[in-house]
Amino acid sequence: MPKLLPLLEHVVKKPIWDCRMCGQCVLHSTGMTCPMTCPKTLRNGPCGGVRPDGNCEVVPEMPCVWVKAHDRSQHLPLIPTKWREEFNHLRPPVNNALQGDSSWINLFNGKDQQTPAGWDPGEQRHEH
Amino acid sequence: MNTEPSNIDSHSINVFEELCLSRARPVMTAELRSFDGGDLTVVEKDLAELTPCVDGINITDNPAAHAHASNTAMAIAVKTLGGNPIMQIVCRDKNRLAIQADLVGASMFGVENFCALTGDDVTAGDEKEARRVFDLDGPQLVSVMTGISQGNYLSGRKLKKEPHMFIGAVENPTAPPLAYRVDRALKKVDAGAKFIQLQICYQPEMLENFIRGCVLNGVADRAALLPTVVFTKSARPLGFLDTSVPGISVPKAVIDRVANSQDQAEESYQLVKEQVIHALGLPGVAGIHFTDFRHDGSLQRMLRELGLGPLGHNRQPQEDKNAYSS
Repeated sequence: MPKLLPLLEHVVKKPIWDCRMCGQCVLHSTGMTCPMTCPKTLRNGPCGGVRPDGNCEVVPEMPCVWVKAHDRSQHLPLIPTKWREEFNHLRPPVNNALQGDSSWINLFNGKDQQTPAGWDPGEQRHEH
Repeated sequence: MNTEPSNIDSHSINVFEELCLSRARPVMTAELRSFDGGDLTVVEKDLAELTPCVDGINITDNPAAHAHASNTAMAIAVKTLGGNPIMQIVCRDKNRLAIQADLVGASMFGVENFCALTGDDVTAGDEKEARRVFDLDGPQLVSVMTGISQGNYLSGRKLKKEPHMFIGAVENPTAPPLAYRVDRALKKVDAGAKFIQLQICYQPEMLENFIRGCVLNGVADRAALLPTVVFTKSARPLGFLDTSVPGISVPKAVIDRVANSQDQAEESYQLVKEQVIHALGLPGVAGIHFTDFRHDGSLQRMLRELGLGPLGHNRQPQEDKNAYSS
């Protein structure tokens, strides 16, 4: 089962979101747009290199992943308000040890919520 | 015998930090050029010109994805030579271990000001085949810096002593999604940024909108906002900025204005002067960051003419808001 689930997750999420199997999925808070498809794999919003037409600095013919994410987080129907509000939360550094895992399993066992002991999520913890 | 570490003395005279926090007068920072070998006499020469007239000196980190003498080495050099470095760190070239090592190492030499950037992509540089790292992103790097300043590595392991650090970041008022840029600045401020240097901006209305948003969401109050201006000698480098530097666009009217003038060097200078006066007239702007492609004394001339910086007489931000557009 532990080997089957990552395969199943990949089969489902790759065609829809171009999932990179980071094993710590945050799609719900990024307008159902995978931040790992950003060439810089940024988890906390767009870099300063976004072109005036909204396309990517690195791949000029591709719309910026975070421009799409921002738009979708505000306008996609059926997204719970809580998920929309999480858009600007500070997401922790990627846990590279989870690469290739099923994020479904890591969600279930809480591994995707574990952060390094020295990680300080900033002031949003006090606000929410 | 005094056994206290020397950085206790030095951080008490970190003018850049004090001004960002007190706003007693507009803060002036300038970028040090990149170095590609030789010895430190050329750095000393640049510092002799910069140190007396600005409050902090930005040390770049492989700008535009070109390798140069390292940010850490140059920040230490500037500190050792009596300047006040603002050490920029980009996320492109190093993973979290290497970045933390640089932060702690530099702070042991008394470097106190650190500025977190995502960094241009490797494709902007001259080694496009390099591996891009981005193990951390900009806001995460700000948070890691905050952790180091509180005495722990990201792992939670303790430092021997908390270094005194003054942490900042950057933001681009002209890059899409425009409506989100002020929220992104807020995210960095929530993570610990106390100053934010802004990308060069040739669209005054975009700068105004960004600053206004930062006043409304509290960023301008919690962090010193420093718009960037750049000295060029002619219209050509403006065209280069427009076509070759990620995140900067220069309107054709601006390039034409300089290109069609009798004296391009002087017209370029006047353009920057208008930008400085315009920016300092915006409520919420704490100072100016200068990038200099000219190195002909234009920076010193401008600070003198406008009475800005440590040598200046102008203790309050300028009032003339309309100078740029007129």
